Amino acid sequence: MHPLRKRRLLVVVFILVVSSIGVALATYALRQNMNLFYTPSQVAADTVPGDVRIRVGGMVVRGSLTRTPGDLGVSFRLTDGNDELLVHYTGILPDLFGEGEAAVAAGYLRSGRTLEADQVLAKHDENYTPPEVADAMKTGHAARAARDAGAQGSSAP
Amino acid sequence: MARRWQWFHRLGSPPGFYRASGYWLPWLAVAAALLLGVGLVWGLVYAPPDARQGNSFRIIYIHVPVSFLALAGYYVMAVAGAVHLIWRMKLADMVMTAAAPLGAALTFVALFSGAVWGKPTWGTYWVWDARITSMLVLLFLYLGVVALRQGFSNQEAAGRACAVLALVGTVNIPIIYKSVDWWYSLHQPATIRLTAAPSMHPDMFKPLLVMILGLYVFYALVLILNTRAEILARERRTGWVRELAMGRNQD
Repeated sequence: MHPLRKRRLLVVVFILVVSSIGVALATYALRQNMNLFYTPSQVAADTVPGDVRIRVGGMVVRGSLTRTPGDLGVSFRLTDGNDELLVHYTGILPDLFGEGEAAVAAGYLRSGRTLEADQVLAKHDENYTPPEVADAMKTGHAARAARDAGAQGSSAP
Repeated sequence: MARRWQWFHRLGSPPGFYRASGYWLPWLAVAAALLLGVGLVWGLVYAPPDARQGNSFRIIYIHVPVSFLALAGYYVMAVAGAVHLIWRMKLADMVMTAAAPLGAALTFVALFSGAVWGKPTWGTYWVWDARITSMLVLLFLYLGVVALRQGFSNQEAAGRACAVLALVGTVNIPIIYKSVDWWYSLHQPATIRLTAAPSMHPDMFKPLLVMILGLYVFYALVLILNTRAEILARERRTGWVRELAMGRNQD
């Protein structure tokens, strides 16, 4: 390779390496700020700021969704598998919000263990299934659970 | 050795590329129209709806291919910039100039279609999560290259400055791609992965593949058209462009 071109090639490599290192260091320093939300475990461990608006994300615990009669108030618990956080919210939930699905709630922590949310967002996963397949999977699971329960029941005595 | 590289040098010269690409255009246009036509009808009409999202998931047939090309197109621009920096190849500089507005348009469509999908799915048009914010940075990088080009009166200096900006910006591409895995974000992780089967039913996935392929061809077509326009604009005072213009006038 021509020495002049070789030098220019080195300049290009230098630009790439230096900018990569710079951005890597900056994103590493800001890693907590890169996250959209805290987890319920982080809230339980008191590692989140108390008096600012925060977002907490997790899965909506099955059976935890309750609605206050008469208005749009709802409360539910978010979990990350370790800890749970109770969320109060007044307003319209997104269509895809549901128990057993992921959600992100934004608001202020009250007395450390409850989130007064002013916004609730549904988080969708990367799976896409046609309705028939989803139904078939659901009935398949149910049939299997019933069979397992039946097998256990018959072997019990 | 010299003979073997002759085709490359002929293709690398602006008039050589202009002539050769003229023969590719009809093929690319037909392939892009066929693939995009089939993919759109298949995806928007015949693919089954999603069990949870219903029909709103169909925006994936625009959003994902366009986002793919917005990212891949940045590498096209950056590699062209590097080639221009190292070998001072005029055609590479023209390709870089042609790729910037195209990439900006694709990035805008990706952001816009994502916002339209976000409202019914997440409950908001916009959220400052890592994926969406880094994608917005990509839009500004593309627009930055376009603006930087306009800011110079000297074509040589403009080419070198744009190439450096394009190269620095490549850092953003892996960040966009991995943002959903590295940080907690609202945007879901990738459905299509190199190392695993797609987490999507085959009936929905096949039209998506056709659309992605179609958009690659469409990108190549538009990039070549843009480059040809750039060649004519920059070489307008040369003999071969004059001849071309005269020849066209005589027909």
